Amino acid sequence: MRLELSPADAQFREELRTFFTTQVPQEIRDTVAARRELTKEQFVTTQRILNAHGYAVPHWPVEWGGRNWTELQRHLWHEEMQRANVPAPLAFNTSMVGPVIAAFGSQEIKERFLPATANLDIWWSQGFSEPDAGSDLASLRTTAVRDGDHFVVNGQKTWTTLGQHGDWIFCLVRTDPEARKQAGISFLLIDMTTPGLEVRPIELIDGGHEVNEVWFTDVRVPVENLVGELNKGWDYAKFLLGNERVGVAPVGASKRVLGAAKEWAREIGELDDPLVAARFAELENDLLALELTAVRVAANSADGKPHPASSVLKLRGTELQQAVSELAMDLAGPAGLSSFAGDVSDAPDWARVSTPVYLNLRKASIYGGSNEIQRQIIARTILGL
Amino acid sequence: MDFTYDDEQNALREAVRALLGKAYSDYENRRRTVATDLGYDPQLWSRLAEMGILGLPFAEADGGTGAGPIEVGLIAQELGRVLAPEPFLTAVVLAGGLIADAGSAEERAELLDPLSAGSLVPAFAHAEPGTRWASSATGVRASRDGDGWRLSGVKEPVPHGASADLLVVSAATDAGTGLFLVDAAAGGLQRDGFAAPDGSRAARISFDGTPATVLGEGGDATAVIAAALDRARVVAGNQAVGVMESALRITSEYLTSRKQFGVTLNHFQALTFRAADMYVAVELTRSMVDWATMVLAEQPDGIAEAAARAGLQVARAGRMVGQSAIQLHGGIGMTAEYAIGAHAATLTALEQAHGMADHHLARLAGTVGEHAEVDPLG
Repeated sequence: MRLELSPADAQFREELRTFFTTQVPQEIRDTVAARRELTKEQFVTTQRILNAHGYAVPHWPVEWGGRNWTELQRHLWHEEMQRANVPAPLAFNTSMVGPVIAAFGSQEIKERFLPATANLDIWWSQGFSEPDAGSDLASLRTTAVRDGDHFVVNGQKTWTTLGQHGDWIFCLVRTDPEARKQAGISFLLIDMTTPGLEVRPIELIDGGHEVNEVWFTDVRVPVENLVGELNKGWDYAKFLLGNERVGVAPVGASKRVLGAAKEWAREIGELDDPLVAARFAELENDLLALELTAVRVAANSADGKPHPASSVLKLRGTELQQAVSELAMDLAGPAGLSSFAGDVSDAPDWARVSTPVYLNLRKASIYGGSNEIQRQIIARTILGL
Repeated sequence: MDFTYDDEQNALREAVRALLGKAYSDYENRRRTVATDLGYDPQLWSRLAEMGILGLPFAEADGGTGAGPIEVGLIAQELGRVLAPEPFLTAVVLAGGLIADAGSAEERAELLDPLSAGSLVPAFAHAEPGTRWASSATGVRASRDGDGWRLSGVKEPVPHGASADLLVVSAATDAGTGLFLVDAAAGGLQRDGFAAPDGSRAARISFDGTPATVLGEGGDATAVIAAALDRARVVAGNQAVGVMESALRITSEYLTSRKQFGVTLNHFQALTFRAADMYVAVELTRSMVDWATMVLAEQPDGIAEAAARAGLQVARAGRMVGQSAIQLHGGIGMTAEYAIGAHAATLTALEQAHGMADHHLARLAGTVGEHAEVDPLG
């Protein structure tokens, strides 16, 4: 048991802090701090800076840009990035498809995709969920039928986040309609410019365009774009979803927004209200408990496999992310109605953005395995229920 | 930052777990023990002394074993795990801790050695009717009497106050709150013991011109008392973690064995989801308590804030876990014969003794404007 970081880890943290606060353009960090949407270019610029310095894919295998860090160092990297308002590397690339390709892809597929994926030369989209396959993902129906050197893909994916920016999409497709539902699924990489592939926007409750439907009509995909073995896609998807749970608790970002919200509360004279102060204190304590748990769980993850308690991080991390956004909206009060008033409004920026952010973050307890799925994982795999 | 125990600490845990398991793994034994006048098992207390447990936090020169808060914390976890009613917190952590902090070299040698050996069981008489977790004393006053002092007033509740061999008493003086030693056989001392709802023992103690000696150099001991209470909060948090982990284990076992509607209860998602939420609460609490224990070991100056943070988390989680454990058991959880209800009662008693959620939250809310963020990594 030791409270303080080792001198080596403390120095590591200092280097990261300096890097993130000096090397990533201020204008991008200001956008994150203001909780405004980032452009595609801002994502790409940031990731290329990180990648050039070895900070985009530290958890990948070393030969593909990984750094062989300890779990604690990885945690510090993630926290310092959020603390500095630096947008994290695109999760679809670095946390999802990259590790799957690195673990299960052929040498040829690795060489073709991994460097471009790390550098965000390719923007990946995720083609998992379907209209009738949400939490019950294995009931997906998009088919890929072999025709000579190609698969012919038909069906529909949905909730494709930022699909409007996508160059390629990694998809779970059904390649054996006869097999038991998990057994007939394969993991396929599809160029989004292929004829027959169409991206349609979905408007969300916050007024934004963040997710899409992706339709496939006789889309021809070369067989060499199959990752790993035919009909083994479910195993790769489970590997991917396990990784997704780990990085999904944005403790650092929630702390940062809560800290900013104190200033907003001070501006409007509410921070001295005992009820408001108590909400801040309670949330700070909850976030502290979560952060400490993240460090404790990170240290106990063996062989790169996520600790089963990582479900706690996803579940609690998203609850607190939502609670912080709720506090910000409550502080804004009636000013939240001016969300779309534009620059004509006298309401401060933070107040105007608070309602769309609050509404948008309802997604957090749904994606990445809904919080009910996390409870099921805890009950079954940890408690044996 | 490292949350893992070393080999020696793990060995200590195993040894204590084996000893306590022999005494209390059968819940009937615990029931029989708390039904006695003493309310704990004096033989087990002697065994703990033989293992060096009672002297853990004290310097070797004072008869202790010179270990630290980490070791004390893991002992408390093990005591909590089996709901052991032994007076470790009041005798060793509070009374012993105050003697170690404020006592003269002679007092330390004279008192901590027999305390470590199990032959002297002191208690800390501090809470007064109508007060809520204060660091100072108002209801018991100390006045000079020649070379000594006399105490008057009432202390309640005093954990294990009726059976203690020696009382460490806080009392108001003209110079603030002082600490005094009162022999159990002193005149003018009226002790009425009773069982608390968790089965542990407490007492109302009235002092009527009771002769007392000042502990150490005397003077205002409010800060020393506050630090001791915060230290006890962290140790009590460790004990609560042990209780909660047991409550969750027992509840999970029950859900997989009890049948209704022809199937075991774990087939009902309303129940398993509540158990999952208990798990989340327990894991978060363990992290917070481990952290506060490390603060106590390495940065004792930060203990007031760490104790409030751990106290708030423990209180919130303790309620949730205790209530859920009973609810998930159904009617059997209401019976004294079955262990789970006593887990909820113990979690409640720990809050009552060391501070409820609102108390800690008020403390934290009062300083929320003084920092931008809470950073446990410094």
